[in-house]
Amino acid sequence: MSPTETPSAENPLVDGLERLPVHPTVLVIFGATGDLARRKLLPALYNLAHEGGLPERFSLVGNARSEMTDEEFRQQATDSVREFSRRPPDEKVLAKLVGDIRYVSGSFDGEHVYEQLATALTELDAAAGQPLNRCFYLSTAPTFFPVIIDELGKHDLAQSEEAEVRVVIEKPFGRSLEEARDLNARVLSVFSEQQVFRIDHYLGKETVQNVLALRFANNMFEPLWNRNFIDHVQITASEDIGIGSRAGYYESAGALRDLVQNHMLQLLSLLCMEPPVAFEADPVRDEKVKVLRAIKAPTVVEVPDMAVRAQYGPGISAGQEVAGYLEEPGVPKGSTTETYAALRLEVRNWRWAGVPMYLRTGKRLARKVTEIAVTLKPVPHLAFQSEASAPIKPNVLVLTVQPNEGVSLSIGAKIPGTRMAIRTVNMEFSYGTAFLSESPEAYERLITDAMRGDATLFTRNDEVEAQWRLIDPIIKAWEQMPGPLPQYPAGSQGPTDAQELLTGDARWRMI
Amino acid sequence: MSTSDLVWSDQATVPAKIEHALRKLVTECHAANHHCVPARTLNLVCIVDREWSGEIANRLRRVGRFHASRTVVCAVEQGRTTIDAQATVATEEDLHAGGFSVMRELVIVHVGEHHLRDLDTIVDPLVVTDLRTVVWSPHGHPEAVDALTTGRAGGAPIAQVVLLDAFDEPDPAMALAREGALAERGEVVDLAWLRCTPWRERLASAYDPPTRRPELATLSKISVRYHTDSLVSGLLLVGWLCAQLGWRPEELTRHGQLLRGRARARRGEVELRLEPVEGMRVPGLSGVETRSDLGTVLALERGEGGLTARRVERSGEEQVWTVLGASRGEPGILGEGIRQALLRDLPFKPALAAARRMLG
Repeated sequence: MSPTETPSAENPLVDGLERLPVHPTVLVIFGATGDLARRKLLPALYNLAHEGGLPERFSLVGNARSEMTDEEFRQQATDSVREFSRRPPDEKVLAKLVGDIRYVSGSFDGEHVYEQLATALTELDAAAGQPLNRCFYLSTAPTFFPVIIDELGKHDLAQSEEAEVRVVIEKPFGRSLEEARDLNARVLSVFSEQQVFRIDHYLGKETVQNVLALRFANNMFEPLWNRNFIDHVQITASEDIGIGSRAGYYESAGALRDLVQNHMLQLLSLLCMEPPVAFEADPVRDEKVKVLRAIKAPTVVEVPDMAVRAQYGPGISAGQEVAGYLEEPGVPKGSTTETYAALRLEVRNWRWAGVPMYLRTGKRLARKVTEIAVTLKPVPHLAFQSEASAPIKPNVLVLTVQPNEGVSLSIGAKIPGTRMAIRTVNMEFSYGTAFLSESPEAYERLITDAMRGDATLFTRNDEVEAQWRLIDPIIKAWEQMPGPLPQYPAGSQGPTDAQELLTGDARWRMI
Repeated sequence: MSTSDLVWSDQATVPAKIEHALRKLVTECHAANHHCVPARTLNLVCIVDREWSGEIANRLRRVGRFHASRTVVCAVEQGRTTIDAQATVATEEDLHAGGFSVMRELVIVHVGEHHLRDLDTIVDPLVVTDLRTVVWSPHGHPEAVDALTTGRAGGAPIAQVVLLDAFDEPDPAMALAREGALAERGEVVDLAWLRCTPWRERLASAYDPPTRRPELATLSKISVRYHTDSLVSGLLLVGWLCAQLGWRPEELTRHGQLLRGRARARRGEVELRLEPVEGMRVPGLSGVETRSDLGTVLALERGEGGLTARRVERSGEEQVWTVLGASRGEPGILGEGIRQALLRDLPFKPALAAARRMLG
């Protein structure tokens, strides 16, 4: 039992509130001057403040290597909010939010950083007249995660007698199964699993959470949600942009590590998991892990049959001629980093045996879209075949995560006229047309959950290792294959080789 | 945001013709531009005196994204015997991310006072079936609200939710009695209650840390200060505390401007005080203070960038800080009211019952 979880009276005042309280907290952001903090974290904190969603007592401490004063960091935070907030800031709220921010400069392995941090945290507790919960947010390059974790442990900052201490770790969580295991071991030698919040920001997206709502709050889908009715599943995460100025990062990641290992396997887990007994951290994550464990990891020899990689070449995107990956600034000559990856997986359990699960992701494809398309098996006999009918396609249920968030179901319908001719039409549900509320940014939800200690939308240690177990052999196989990689024209549907992954009559959906 | 409109109008018309025209406008709009799609969220039926309809239209325009997907404005004119109508389907020309633009459907129906008792028969064809319908009648016309919230011949009512603002009512006791009657047959969203929401959230938050929770059982005095016309907000806040904490309030007594009384809690009595504040520029609450038997005090006051909180510990040590939050403003409160029509607000009815008890 954690220090503040001692048996206590109930708080009936929270019953029926739309927004649940978050206990007094100090949030420490490591890497507070970085891109993620400027574009996402600081604007998310402002939006929470605007809506009254921050804890009753809230303090923010930033840390980064750049030398600057508290005042200079406050100005930088103000500028970030003004530039990247989803709403124009209320200047009074913004001034109050940044007014008390503290900044501790120094490298992540610097002793004095943690000493100063400990002093700042003690002072903030004293100023608040109570021990504040502590939430350490690691928004740094991944190489610094173990360093920071070790230093927090060494300086006695990972535990508190009087308050909750939590650590939020950004992705990527390792670059291989071995690294993920090592990092988990390092993290869990300092923190307990209940204190650790591994971020996959896809899980903070409303439409990703809606996969669970769609499956488990609607009786019409669940009877069909199995191998008897589903022919195959396609999960697509495509981008129309190239790597821009991120060659350094992308060269160390590639499409497989950047999107498949985390986001796309999360989508697959949510789509295939059994109903959890409760929408709580461990029941949900238990079911997701079962799905990942039911997927057979390929051997290195099997990889060419179940995975395709490619790089974008020069082409036309949005009417403009664009360079290929190898011509992008910062990309080394002869690079074999994949910008496209497609996989065929199978979830080997009672529900899904024999149903191919196709995953594909890529940069510089025809369009930006993230979707899950579930194709049902065709009807066993069609009595309406006629020349006037368009070829009748099986029903497809498409859950679009971005950009046009919603659900679409294709169905056969009679074409108006004297003949019984059938055409496929779509039933559409669009998030933007059905709710008054604007979806909060994923980071607003995830920061709140981390401060509240709700890990439902975060990745557990065994989950992240189960993800790497599937991806590792593919990385190893690809590392052994010589380049150059097959190329697909920028702005296209991707490499034609990807078609060979599909079995039966399946075709990749148009991006 | 630029918009383009398709408009239809008719005089001495009937609801079926209006409904047909609306359907046609929606189809035409979508056919002209496949990116334009009808929103299907909420019907809002707004009953207004014709001479004040412009002001209400302005208020609705300012609610921002919380607009109903179909708004039916019944503009009441004395002596009118026929129905005139105008239907508009407006679309935003700027596409949302993902490439669609949402239609906003507005119907203005000019009716006479004699139509109000049977307004449901006019409105029924004009609302989108299977969507929640909320009725807002800021200029009175209770017979029209009753027509829409009482099922005809034992059937289901047209409107499931009544939106109102007790701030507009001169007599708080009557306002609460009316809300009580409406709440018995449907859901009520009172903007006076929504003005309390940040205060409720902050009180709940202040007592949520496990070390603070036991203090709830020791509260001995609640003081609320409110805008001179917002007594109902104050009563609902105190009523909420009573209902959630299991206190039974007694009838309050007036001492000049001050209302005072007691509530029976399990372990003793809690003193209740409600006091108006002159010169407050916005409706709602000005401050809330709780005191406990232990000698602790928690005070929340309106302040810059949020609520100013002050806490006095048993030792006499005092802490002052700001609980961050932007003012929603009156348009924001109305928008929130429309949004709340889609949600269930379970604490409201018990709070209302306790508030009514305090007024005897």
